Amino acid sequence: MAVDMRLPTFRSDSRSNSLFDRKVNKDLVVPGDVITTDTGFMRGHGTYLDDDKLTASVAGEVERVDKLICVKPLKTRFNGEVGDVIVGRITEVQQKRWKVETNSRLDSVLLLSSVNLPGGELRRRSAEDELTMREYLQEGDLISAEVQSVYADGALLLHTRSLKYGKLGQGVLVQISPSLIKRQKTHFHNLPCGASIILGNNGFVWLYPTPGQQDEEAGGFYTSLEPVSLSDREVISRLRNCLLALSAHKVLLYDTSVLYCYEVSLSQQVKDILKPEVMEEIVMMTQQKLIEHEG
Amino acid sequence: MATVQLSEAEKVYVLHGIRDDLRVDGRSCEDYRHMEIETDVVSNTDGSAKVTLGHTAVLVGVKAELGKPRPAAPEEGYLEFFVDCSANATPEFEGRGGEELGMELTNTLYRVFNNKRSVDLGSLCISPGEHCWLLYVDVLLLQCDGNLYDAISIAIKAALFNTKIPKVLISEGEEGGTEIELSDDPYDCVRLSVDNVPCIVTLCKVGHRHVVDATLQEKACTVASLIMAVTPAGTCTCTRKVGRGSLDPESIFEMTEAGKRVGKALHGPLMSLLLQEETLGKKRQKVGFLG
Repeated sequence: MAVDMRLPTFRSDSRSNSLFDRKVNKDLVVPGDVITTDTGFMRGHGTYLDDDKLTASVAGEVERVDKLICVKPLKTRFNGEVGDVIVGRITEVQQKRWKVETNSRLDSVLLLSSVNLPGGELRRRSAEDELTMREYLQEGDLISAEVQSVYADGALLLHTRSLKYGKLGQGVLVQISPSLIKRQKTHFHNLPCGASIILGNNGFVWLYPTPGQQDEEAGGFYTSLEPVSLSDREVISRLRNCLLALSAHKVLLYDTSVLYCYEVSLSQQVKDILKPEVMEEIVMMTQQKLIEHEG
Repeated sequence: MATVQLSEAEKVYVLHGIRDDLRVDGRSCEDYRHMEIETDVVSNTDGSAKVTLGHTAVLVGVKAELGKPRPAAPEEGYLEFFVDCSANATPEFEGRGGEELGMELTNTLYRVFNNKRSVDLGSLCISPGEHCWLLYVDVLLLQCDGNLYDAISIAIKAALFNTKIPKVLISEGEEGGTEIELSDDPYDCVRLSVDNVPCIVTLCKVGHRHVVDATLQEKACTVASLIMAVTPAGTCTCTRKVGRGSLDPESIFEMTEAGKRVGKALHGPLMSLLLQEETLGKKRQKVGFLG
């Protein structure tokens, strides 16, 4: 039994005057900030014209492509692009399609024709398949998938036509802001600390014990309900708390940053990582390590 | 109630974790999440407190008003509770969505706090049968992340501790009745004793074990939970079972024992924190809602 009660403290702004920020000279704006008074620019997303002055309407980073000025918001829903890896939760089973919650503005769609059913790629989808859709994926199930295309209204069409995608088994879901996920070649990582991670572009991060040899016959719909070993659990819980700590301090997430944070946190107990002062210390050490190793 | 959906495999993972005494966030079964408490956060109340427990945030305000004692208890003041489920907490509370949960919470709070063994109601009486203080205790849910009962009870205890009731003078009126005169000095006030005010402990039965301070994910895996009000002396003043499932008498016994132990241990740190905050006095920088 442990209770940790304390008085709230002001969030320290040690980051703004530390050495880390001086390296970054990106254009950060808040709503109402004038980006430029030059009329030669075009107005993009996240901006508006106020008396011929181009002004930011969201808090974020200014991006300039030729004459077009946009502001990329820091806190946003997920705006999917083709090829993004996502982790999502099934919310509805409809005819020939599943609806998937992916932290975007509209529910995404996963068509029955764009999943790998057990029995090989070239299997025809029959009427029976439509009737047994709920046996493959039911409401509440988590999946990993890729964005196949984006509809005109911004809704995403997903596919799981690869063995690496599909239904997710035992593990922990962590939800963070999609702007904190670094875009990379691969979003699936087997971390050397003994767990695997899927960093979904939509801000859903899935932590799971590194699987052994997988049975390919099941087509990714078989999930093991065997108990996970205590050591794996500890690693996963530690990673979960590290992810939350990093996201609380707005550190970009990718395999290296997560791994460094994990290594730094090893001196602390898993449940202590989420205490504010420990969190701050761990994140600071992680950032230092990242700077050292990237030169 | 704010709920989350979990897949079967996730539930199995949570279940096995609790069996091994290692929960998803690394806590063991009887650990609370990190808690922050601040009192005197709303200036136009007589006492207020804000409690955050993980991502659950609760604001409690206490307002004292003059009233007439209830005929059944002429020598006592009384408390009125109201729980407001703000749509800020979760969109489900929009419109009338939070009413049901609000009513449920309010009824439990009446049962737990509105008796003279929990709160010193006798000290709220001004003149028996005629005048008393009635305390309006308003609870506002700002964020829901599980374990509302515990957070609310701690916030209420902190707010009652913080409550300052103006002193009154009773004098004989001209026509024989009594007249009440409020003291003009704002610092001339009485404090309520919170020595016996209980805290609520919610124990959720998950698998074969029970946990305190369940997150929403863990709550989705429970079949039934036991709500207990425990005083600093370790006396259990109220129990309620919530949830659809049933509980074995044996496990109820185990849970009440654990609840008493946890509840008793909750008061010590809370009181020392409240006293510490008070000794800081005006020097303490108020964090409020923007910190």
